[in-house]
Amino acid sequence: MNLAEGVQSVSLIILSAMLISAALGVVLLSNIVYSAFLLGGVFICISGIYILLNADFVAAAQILIYVGAINVLILFAIMLVNKTEDFVAIPRRWIRSGSTALVCLGLFALLGTMVLITPWQISTTSPAVIENTMVALGKHFFSDFLLPFELASILLLIAMIGAIVLARRDFIPDISGKSELTSTALTLPERPRELTKSEK
Amino acid sequence: MSNQLQFYLLLSAALFCIGIFGLVSSRNAIRVLMSIELLLNAVNLNLMGFSNFLDPGAIKGQVFTVFVITVAAAEAAVGLAIILAIYRNRQTIDMEQFNLLKW
Repeated sequence: MNLAEGVQSVSLIILSAMLISAALGVVLLSNIVYSAFLLGGVFICISGIYILLNADFVAAAQILIYVGAINVLILFAIMLVNKTEDFVAIPRRWIRSGSTALVCLGLFALLGTMVLITPWQISTTSPAVIENTMVALGKHFFSDFLLPFELASILLLIAMIGAIVLARRDFIPDISGKSELTSTALTLPERPRELTKSEK
Repeated sequence: MSNQLQFYLLLSAALFCIGIFGLVSSRNAIRVLMSIELLLNAVNLNLMGFSNFLDPGAIKGQVFTVFVITVAAAEAAVGLAIILAIYRNRQTIDMEQFNLLKW
């Protein structure tokens, strides 16, 4: 990292403030679409922090995978379950939220004291000893992390097939029998639920 | 140098706690998935901080971060598929209504 120390600290503080406020917005805002877009902001802030931590490849992968894939997937899911429903009010719900906030603050206090009292053994070698992190990561992937690397590809395949199987529409047979939709080679055997209902 | 590592660790601890709060207290099922993503990102931030400050020679923390990103992508795809399936069954995404397994 060639940036000066002052630039690094200032950008780190700005990124941290944006990160925490965006994360609070994700959790606390009532509109789910705003939450989804703020989640993208959280991912971008974390990618900037990765750049400050001398990890250029992982920062690029963070933007590609999280902002480009996961956030868009979440937006599509919000669009597919597009139903503005008013949740039924539950009595004494503030007790649940308050106790949850209390437990989370306690957890943060516990983690914070642990972080502050542990004597970390900071390595004395400069982080700039690796000039190309991509080459170093590739060497790790194909030597001592080869088995997890291959297992990750199998995991992605399993997840892809499982997501397709879970999210596919159910097969609804044509009850009416009349087929105004002429079946070509491109016609799917599945019908949306509303179509079969309106045909009856 | 040590203060900077502690700052990163405190930041990721704060992000983790916000994620747990959202995971427990939100009623929208999609928001629960977003909170899980926040949790995974907090863990990634931890790993990257350790990788930069404690082990800058062999960057194994970045390797673990890449694996966590991979698993998070798979988890998001399957989780959203499950939410879509349960939305078709119950016509709601309220977490309080998902009580089929209540004893």
